[in-house]
Order: sequence, then C-alpha cells, then structure tokens
Amino acid sequence: MSSVTAPAQSGVVGKFSNYLDERTSISGAVKEFGRKVFPDHWSFLLGEVALYSFVIILLSGSFLTFFFQASMTPVHYEGSYVPLKGIEMSAAMASTLDISFDIRGGLLMRQVHHWAALLFVASIGLHMLRVFFTGAFRKPRELNWSIGFVLFVLAMAEGFTGYSLPDDLLSGNGLRIIDGMVLGLPVVGTWITFLLFGGEFPGNDIVGRLYSLHILLLPAFVLIFIVLHLMFVIIHKHTQYPGPGKTEENVVGFPVLPVYAAKAGGFFFLVFGVVALIAATVTINPIWNYGPYDPSPVSAGTQPDWYIGFADGALRLMPPHLETYWFGYTWSWNIIIPVLVLVLFLAAAFAYPFVEAWVTGDKREHHLLDRPRNAPVRTAIGAAGVTFYAVLWAAASSDIIATHFKVTMEGVINTLQILLIIGPIIAFMVTKRIALALQKKDREILLHGFETGRIVRLPGGEFIEVHQQLDAYDRWQLVSYNDNAPIMLRPNPKGKITGGMRMRASLSRFFFEDRIAPVTENEYKLALEHSHH
Amino acid sequence: MAKNENGTADIVPAGSAEVTGTGVVSPDAFTNPGLPPHRPRITDLDPKAAKRAERVVYWLFYISIAASVFAVYAYMFFPIEPENIHSVRMNTLYLGLGIAFSLLAIGIAAVHWGKAVMADKEAIDYRHPVRGTEETRARAVEIFRESDEESGFSRRTLIRNGLIGALIAFPLPAIALFRGLAPMDQDPNNLLKHTMWKKGTRLTRDPQGTPIKASELTIGSAFQVIPEGLVDLPEHEMLDEKAKAAVLLVRLKKEDLNWTSAERESWSYDGIVAYSKICTHVGCPVALYEQQTHHLLCPCHQSQFDIANECAVIFGPAARPLPQLPITVDAEGYLVATSDFTEPVGPSFWERSK
Repeated sequence: MSSVTAPAQSGVVGKFSNYLDERTSISGAVKEFGRKVFPDHWSFLLGEVALYSFVIILLSGSFLTFFFQASMTPVHYEGSYVPLKGIEMSAAMASTLDISFDIRGGLLMRQVHHWAALLFVASIGLHMLRVFFTGAFRKPRELNWSIGFVLFVLAMAEGFTGYSLPDDLLSGNGLRIIDGMVLGLPVVGTWITFLLFGGEFPGNDIVGRLYSLHILLLPAFVLIFIVLHLMFVIIHKHTQYPGPGKTEENVVGFPVLPVYAAKAGGFFFLVFGVVALIAATVTINPIWNYGPYDPSPVSAGTQPDWYIGFADGALRLMPPHLETYWFGYTWSWNIIIPVLVLVLFLAAAFAYPFVEAWVTGDKREHHLLDRPRNAPVRTAIGAAGVTFYAVLWAAASSDIIATHFKVTMEGVINTLQILLIIGPIIAFMVTKRIALALQKKDREILLHGFETGRIVRLPGGEFIEVHQQLDAYDRWQLVSYNDNAPIMLRPNPKGKITGGMRMRASLSRFFFEDRIAPVTENEYKLALEHSHH
Repeated sequence: MAKNENGTADIVPAGSAEVTGTGVVSPDAFTNPGLPPHRPRITDLDPKAAKRAERVVYWLFYISIAASVFAVYAYMFFPIEPENIHSVRMNTLYLGLGIAFSLLAIGIAAVHWGKAVMADKEAIDYRHPVRGTEETRARAVEIFRESDEESGFSRRTLIRNGLIGALIAFPLPAIALFRGLAPMDQDPNNLLKHTMWKKGTRLTRDPQGTPIKASELTIGSAFQVIPEGLVDLPEHEMLDEKAKAAVLLVRLKKEDLNWTSAERESWSYDGIVAYSKICTHVGCPVALYEQQTHHLLCPCHQSQFDIANECAVIFGPAARPLPQLPITVDAEGYLVATSDFTEPVGPSFWERSK
C-alpha cells in the first residue's frame, strides 16, 4: 500500500466530508468524476437545454399539482374571470382558471410549465438532429440513440397528455381527434377508445386518467430513460469534433470541477431565466378564450401544440373517399395510412444507426464526429427526413397558411401533397450535391491554398492572385475525416454470393459511390511542387 | 490485406483498430499535428481586465439577490384583485420579471466566471474501449456457466420451462383487470350506432333547448341544433349524447337541393335539411357554413361537404357524407325528427358496417 494519507480533516468542511465519506465512500466518486473532461461546442448544449427544461417542467408542474383538480365533475365557475362566471364546466377547467386568475403567480407557473414543455420537445428534436448530422450515433452509441428516441416519443406523449388536462374547448377537440383516429384502427380501435375514455366519448374519466399518466407514469419513465441516457454519456465519454490534437483515443476539453460545473450549472439558470422571461411576457394557451369543452362548437384555425403538428398534418393530407368495406368490416384508410406513415417515419429514425452500421460494416468505435459535408449521403438522408417532417408540419397549418397568404385551401393542400412526395427527393439530391461541393472546395483550399485577395503583377505583365497555404492545424481540420468506399461484391468463404450481400453492396454504393477522398501527404507535396513552377 | 477500389494502395489498419467494412485509411494520410499552442485570454494578460471580470461576476450575483427580493416584493405589492384582469397581468409580469432576472443573473455570472476568471487549462482524458478487458469478459462468461451448472438451468428443462410458462402467465390477470376501464354492461358498437334522436323528437336550439318552427328559418339561414330533452340530462351524459346528436339545420331553395332518391328527399321539409354536425373523418364539429356555396367546412382537417348534394365529400380527408337526420313538422309547426339517423354518425369504426 502507498503511504498517501488524506489531508488533515480539520474545519467544518473537512469534518463533514470525513463523516460523509466514511458512510458513503463518496471520495471515490469525486476522484472518478471530479476532473472528468467534457469537450466544448455550442451544439452540445442542445441536449443540456432538453435536460434543463425537464427540470423546469418538474418544478413548475409540482406547483401546479397543488391546485389542479383532475376531475370532470361539473361545477359552476365562480372565480374571478367575469366572462365565464356561472358557466358550467368541469372541475379541471375551473381549477385551471383559478390557477390563472386567483392564485398569485399561478398564471406565471402555468406559462412557465407550458413554455418549458414546448422547449423540451424542441430541444430534444434539435439535439437528435445534431446527433444525426454529426454521426454521433455510431458505435458505441447506437443504443443511446434508441434511448434518446424513446425520450422523444415520451416527451410528445407528456406534452399531449398535459395539453388535454384543462378540459377546454381546444384540448377537447384534440381528444376528439385522438378518439376518431383510434376508432379508425382496424380490429381493436373501437374497444381501445371505449376503454380509454371509460365508455363513450367524452365520458367522465379521461382527464383523471391522463393526469395519472402525465404526472406519474410518463415522468417516471422519462426520468429512468434520462438516467440511462446520461449513464451512457459517462460510460462512452462525450464525442468531440475533429481538430488538431483530437483523436479517437482522447477527449480534449475542460474538467467538470470547476469549469464545467460553472458553465453547465450556469447554463441551467440561463435556460430557466429565459423560460421565465417568456412566461412573464408572452401568453400561452389562453383557455379562458376557448371556454369549456362542448362537442358542438369549434373555433376556426384550431392548431395543436407544435410537436403534434406533423401527426395532424398527416391526417390533413389524405385525399377524400379513402374507405373500404371488406369482409363486412370498415377499413378507414384515411386513418390507417397516415398512422402507418407516421409509424414508419419514426421507425426509420429509430433504425437508422443500425442500418448505417450494417451497410458500412464498420466495427470501430467512433468518438470523433463527422462534419455533415464529409458524410454526404447521410446528410442528404437527414435533409430528406427533415423536409418530409416539415411538409407534414406545414400541413397542420394549411388553413392558417391559406388565410394569411390569401390562397385557396385546396391549393395549399394539393401543393403540400405533391411536396410530401417530391420534396424529400429534391432535398436529398440538392443536399448531397452541396455536401460534395463543399468537400471539393475543402480539397481545393488544401491543395492550392486560400485566396489572399493580394493581386501581384509578374514581370511578364501577367496578373495573379497570391494564394497562401494553410498552416498545419487548419490543414488537419480539412483532411481528418472518415473516408468510406463502396464494398466490392466478393463470394463468401463458401464461394457464394447471398441476397443479403448483394443488397449490402448496392446500399454501400448508394452511400459511398460519390466520394471525395481526403488529401494525402503525397498529393499535397505534388500540388506544392506544381504551384512553384 | 485488402486493396482499395482502385487496387493501387493497400488499405491499412488505423492505429491498432482494424479497418473493416467500407472504411478506408490511406497509408499516406496526414499525421495529427497535436494541440495548437495555448492562446491566453485577455484576462490572463491584462490584470485590469481580470479585475473587471471578477467585478462583473460578483455584481451579477448581487443583482440576482436584488431581483429575487424584487420578485417577493412584486408578489406582495402586485396582488391579484378579484375580477380585475389587469391585476393578473401585473402580478404575472412583475413576479415573472423578478424571477427571470434573478435566474439570468446567476446564469450569466456563473458562465462568465467559468469562461473568464477560472483557470483556462485545457485537459485531456484518455478513452478506453467500451468493451471489458478479455479477462473480465472471460470471467463473466465463466460466472454464467458456473451458475448455470449450479442451478441446472439448462439441464433441468422441466424446471426452466415451468418458470418461463409461469412468467408468461402471471401478467394475464392484469390484462383482465383493465377490462374494468369501461363499463361492463355496455357495448361500444351498440352505443356508437344510436343517438338520442327518435321519431317525434323536436329539433331545439343549441344551447337553450327551445324548439324551432319551420317558419322561423329563412332561406340561407343555419341553426345549431340539439335534440329536445338534451339540456335536461345530467352534465356528463349530456356531453356524451351531444357528441353524437349535434345537428346543423339549414334552409336552402328547394330547387338547389339535389337528391339521389325520392326517399332521401322526403327526409327534408320544404328546403329545410338537417345533417349530423360530427365530421365523418375524426369527429370534429363541422362548424363552418358557407352560405354562398352551400358548403360545410370542418375546421380541424378541412374536409368539405356539399349540402346541395346530400353533404357529399368534395374535399379533404373525410370518406363519407355527413349522415342526414330525417325531419318533418309536427301539428304545431315545430320541426321534429321522423327517426334516429339511419347510419352511425361520426368517425368510422371497425364494426360500423356490421
């Protein structure tokens, strides 16, 4: 054993630390994690925003539970908001109005909760895009992508259940749409809604049931998956962008204590502060304008919260008359197809890392991120996916687009229907070309230097612009990327070529056929020699 | 060693890791130049700047304290007064601003502290492969093998299969329990196929519940209609019934209405027609009536129905026309239904055509 002894345990802090360590062995954790290094980049903050908004949601949500009554028992509203006085509504709606108009800071907390929820889903989405476009999902992080995907779905479920709780006209219509969608599902639809709503729509139970999900079951799952997600971040250590001095075997950055604690801890307060500032000044979900739920009225321009928009848009883009009667049963294709489209879209997002891993056959660990341009086909697939989502999302506002831009509703819908099909294809092709062009530009700069803007007249009368070579660090930035080439179709040891091998080879051609290889040392020397002539 | 696609240069392993699949590493690749030289910050070079940064940080913490105190002050001195909307706005605004600035000041101070004042010392951690060492993995396999042997999990197949069977069976009661989510004595199929309307039910105004005389409808006018007696139901039953029975009543010129059969025409009365207001797509109220074109528009997903043509779908995702409520007038001239809807109203469901 070494003869290292801990510093004398004097003073209050020392005594307390000693007390704690002798009961928890916490010093081991401090030794392990206290100086753990995290790399710096603004895009790494997106995931932090998601984490912090969840904390804000928990804090503000706990406050709201002390006042909210998750009950559909009818009451006559007797609170402070005059226009609704004496109106019959559910206890849920009345208590939400009380939170807004009779409890000091209640409206503020409601708005903090709602804005933070919108931010939560948004930051998860952006974080996923960052992870996707930089290839951070590659080995060993495929499973953490799956965990993050589950969190994304859970966040949307949390959002929708929370949105439905006040039992106002807008959220009631949202539930009506869910009811109608589930009813349209083959075989099980009718019974699922019957059980979900405790009888017929709207029934008397749904708010209470959604409340259990919203404040107990779903948050518990979110918490479990966040813990898993962060555990893997620690196990894998954070990815970093490529650059001089950065390798697959190291992490360059700042230690948790003290710099990261200050910056990440401070960032929590920044996120919270911004949410509080928005909540203090910008109204969100003014249920008092909508009134209590009633199945007959609805206001024009109804919109779900933003993250449900893509699902609503999928419903809106279906052409008319899609329903058939087969074997005596009703097949509601106007429901089944959009649901399938959404499920397949989400499944594709879930499965992408595994598909790419299979195509590349790459068994190495990847801790250095890709610049999006250096993975042109992946970046193009991402752009196609974003376009697909964006068209669905825009479709959820088709009526608002029509009224704001004074165009016909039919025109908007028909345009979006076409865009949904060809938009992703165009986005794919354009993005891939841009990525390849950027790679070519990098190559050009590497081999011939960058333009200095200095024009020199040579003795012969010729004008040239002086190009300057990059220094070694900037050069490394442009050459250090992952290069892939299509695999060649070769018979396996049994001398056979299987269907799977064919598919893999053709997919690898799809991914890597158009390829700009990184500049090598020799190429660079040749170019230098050439430019000296 | 494999050849790359050109068959010219060998593909070599990168470091110790073997390149597999599509990965290509050129033997002629550049080498990593290592970390660039450290660039000191202005606060490292200029003691004045360092002092200034320090001052900014502690002053921001003091500002945060002041803002928190202000928030408590705002809580007390901007109370919510009953029936005063303005007071709600002031309470939300000042309390919110106090809280926001106290949080933002802490955030800015801490980040500034970390970036400008704390030691600017980049650190390097080294990664290890995520997989366990060969020794650890061998021991893990060994543990499983030993415990299999000691328990006889693979050997004693009767025990093992019994366990698997029991584990599959034990959650079944939980599934049964969930049947209780909905009333045991009701069948959704039956409920979805019937509404409150029956022969002789008067059409009444929504929400007052007063009956409507045919003579009250001028051409082009529209009424939101509920069945007579709906308003007397208990609140929760009322909404369930209303969600199926809501009707839109419209009077058009008789010659503008096109009918597929004389029977359908008999469901109307002197140009007055009653259609279910519940969209056949996913059940939103089809609330927007366009008088000029006789079109009904659902604001949720923009399905459009043509009243002049038995509410046929002319645009949007809906598949079926809105069901028509057969109506006539009673002896006193009030509009009444002659039966329930002849088909289920609202969104389609699996057993709808049964």
